[in-house]
Amino acid sequence: MERMPGWIRQHLAAVRAIAVLTVLLGLAYPLAVTGVAQVLFNDRANGSPVERNGRAVGSAAIGQSFTDAEDVPVRKYFQSRPSAGGYDPLASGASNLGPEDVVDTLPVPGAKDAEGHPDEGRRSLLTQVCARSKAVGELEGVSGARPYCTADGVGAVLKVFPAVGTPTRAVSVNQACPATPFAAVYRGVRVECGRPGEDYAAGRTVPVRGGAGTPAVPADAVTASGSGLDPHISVAYAELQAPRVARERGIPVDRVKALIDEYTTGRALGFMGEPAVNVLRLNLALDEE
Amino acid sequence: MAALFIASLVLALALVHKPFGDHMYRVYTGDRHTPPERLVYRLLGVRPGTEQRWSAYARSLLAFSAVSLLVLYGLQRLQDRLWLSLGLPPVTDHIAWNTAVSFVTNTNWQAYSGESTMGHLVQMAGLAVQNFVSAAVGMAVAIALVRGFARRNSDTIGNFWVDLVRGTVRILLPIAFVGALVLVAGGLVQNLAAPHELTTLTGGTQSIIGGPVASQEVIKELGTNGGGFYNANSAHPFENGTGWTNWFEIFLILVIPFSLPRTFGKMVGQVRQGYAILAVMATIALVSVTLTNVFELGGGATVPQAVGAAMEGKEVRFGVANSATFAASTTLTSTGAVNSFHDSYTPFGGMMTMFNMMLGEVAPGGVGSGLYGMLVLAVITVFVAGLMVGRTPEYLGKKIGSREIKLASMYFLVTPILVLVGTALAMGNEAGLAGLLNGGPHGLSEVLYAFTSASNNNGSAFAGLTVNTPWYDVALGLCMLLGRFLPIIFVLGLAGSLARQTPVPESAGTLPTHRPQFVGMVVGVTIILVALTFLPALALGPIAEGLFS
Repeated sequence: MERMPGWIRQHLAAVRAIAVLTVLLGLAYPLAVTGVAQVLFNDRANGSPVERNGRAVGSAAIGQSFTDAEDVPVRKYFQSRPSAGGYDPLASGASNLGPEDVVDTLPVPGAKDAEGHPDEGRRSLLTQVCARSKAVGELEGVSGARPYCTADGVGAVLKVFPAVGTPTRAVSVNQACPATPFAAVYRGVRVECGRPGEDYAAGRTVPVRGGAGTPAVPADAVTASGSGLDPHISVAYAELQAPRVARERGIPVDRVKALIDEYTTGRALGFMGEPAVNVLRLNLALDEE
Repeated sequence: MAALFIASLVLALALVHKPFGDHMYRVYTGDRHTPPERLVYRLLGVRPGTEQRWSAYARSLLAFSAVSLLVLYGLQRLQDRLWLSLGLPPVTDHIAWNTAVSFVTNTNWQAYSGESTMGHLVQMAGLAVQNFVSAAVGMAVAIALVRGFARRNSDTIGNFWVDLVRGTVRILLPIAFVGALVLVAGGLVQNLAAPHELTTLTGGTQSIIGGPVASQEVIKELGTNGGGFYNANSAHPFENGTGWTNWFEIFLILVIPFSLPRTFGKMVGQVRQGYAILAVMATIALVSVTLTNVFELGGGATVPQAVGAAMEGKEVRFGVANSATFAASTTLTSTGAVNSFHDSYTPFGGMMTMFNMMLGEVAPGGVGSGLYGMLVLAVITVFVAGLMVGRTPEYLGKKIGSREIKLASMYFLVTPILVLVGTALAMGNEAGLAGLLNGGPHGLSEVLYAFTSASNNNGSAFAGLTVNTPWYDVALGLCMLLGRFLPIIFVLGLAGSLARQTPVPESAGTLPTHRPQFVGMVVGVTIILVALTFLPALALGPIAEGLFS
């Protein structure tokens, strides 16, 4: 050892260091934590499983969707937020769409992609928000209107030509013909509907706010979460759904609201985080009523 | 609420600053080796009493990192033949290279999705081990630089193996053990089970996947690493279950970087010098955290306006404000963990996260790397001040001569070159452009963010960019490698040349480096250097998006 050249000695020490530290930090440490955690916090360490009739139906920490096989909301259940990964724990994550992602690519009827599937186009984040708002509004019997959204549930966005100077042409790019554009005229120019397949990239993008006031559908109901597995909804979204759930189950709204209270986690110490309603546990409690 | 959340973090960090900083001082300066440590040194075949010159220190560090890289690459490529692989195939070569570099350099950029790529053994015996040791390496370099300032007429700057082992077993490991259990109490999972499928309430199927998550989560934050067990990182309920675990994780991210200035002050024998460095870090950090909160709560962009809040990519239990505070903390340090997805932030909120990294992650920065980065900026500041009055600049009694300022300048130039050249190459090349998810200025932001994050060893992302392609894996891997080890070599060189000097006595013309005046100058130099370097790129990305939409 002592007679070896310095650079070999260093690498030998490095190899030994990785071996020793892997045993200590990569095996002994996590296994010790696992042992203690399993004894002290067995339930949580194993993912807070939730059972019904002795059968696991989920984890209290992981959200799930309460829709049927056709993806239609089951009306007797509170609905979770939208999810970028469809509440699949093997595909956690967010949409990652930007705050100015407002222009759709309209599907071209009859066109097929490379694998022979019908062309579905691409819906911008704004259109996704508008469509969700419209759908939730219809489900809960309230207005789904929002700023920057058309009445038919897409983003209210014009492409104006030329990009600089007096407009000579305006297109409502997210409304496919033969839809009626959300505005008839933009600065003296008649607004056209969007023609699938036409390239509007050269135009200036003008989102139009419109006259909608504060939306009836809360923010968390129209946005996808960061994890794609958000187990919670806001208290406002739960209260919006309460009358529908009460009606479907034939129980008083007040009883449903009491259960919402029971499954709401407040802010820790009064200032950490936001109040949140655990959807799975609330729905399970309703089933047990 | 947002202000109270930030204020409580500031208070907690202030409370531990002195005792924890003093503890780290004793760890790195004590003479005694505990019996378990002696055993470790014997197993390593090193003599803990022997001091190293800066070049030997650097060679040991590079040898250790090179072996780490090979072992981590090998573990990923062979995972299907080892235990606890969960039936997953070997990690593909370019992702394995990128991930190995990423974890050894304390970046923890994730070109892979944890739950569908890495088995439990690779996570805990590969990735989590590097979470510990890459953090300990960063701290060792910072301490070596501080010794350079503290020592006189000395050829040596310490012993790398002793600094590595002590940082790991006396600082990181005990906090990690206790912290992991606290996190399990907050709902994080900790088991070795395979994924199990169950039937949901409405008859669908869901596969619940656990693992040794809490033990990895705690060191991922404490070591400012940031590589998540799951793809969703700290937004995942199993990684960050409640409003208070979120607070605790932010605290873990900031606690070492904000306490090291105390260790520095004690080691150079002038506690007030540590407070000055702390003041620089705290000023920049507070402004940045506040601005990020303001921009996100303001929700200034079309989609947040339509929604009524910047809630896309954020979790209900954290809300907008606490997500913004996490985002600022993770990018001000070299962490890169995320509890919400920066790609969907408002243009100016997203720009803040990028700007934080462009500052070089010095306020307070990564464990160790934040302190040495800030000390290099202090050296550049006394040099600039010296030029103004025509004196040879000095810092802590050490002359900043031509060799010192060359090393400091080269340190500073590494990351801007990697970021700007890398972004330019990506934008001018089919393989680079193929990764974009968003169009327009936001597309440029995605690429700029990626190269900023990799070169500064942060690891967070505008995650819309598809990076698990050979081109991005190799390019970003090189950025991480050069962005980590070139600066480290320059810092150790600087440490060596400072240690050799005889301190010059303080005179009437010496610039006092513990006063608010100096604090203000360092803040100014930091902001101006970064603004001059990156403003053109930011103008084409987030600023264009924020102003012209």
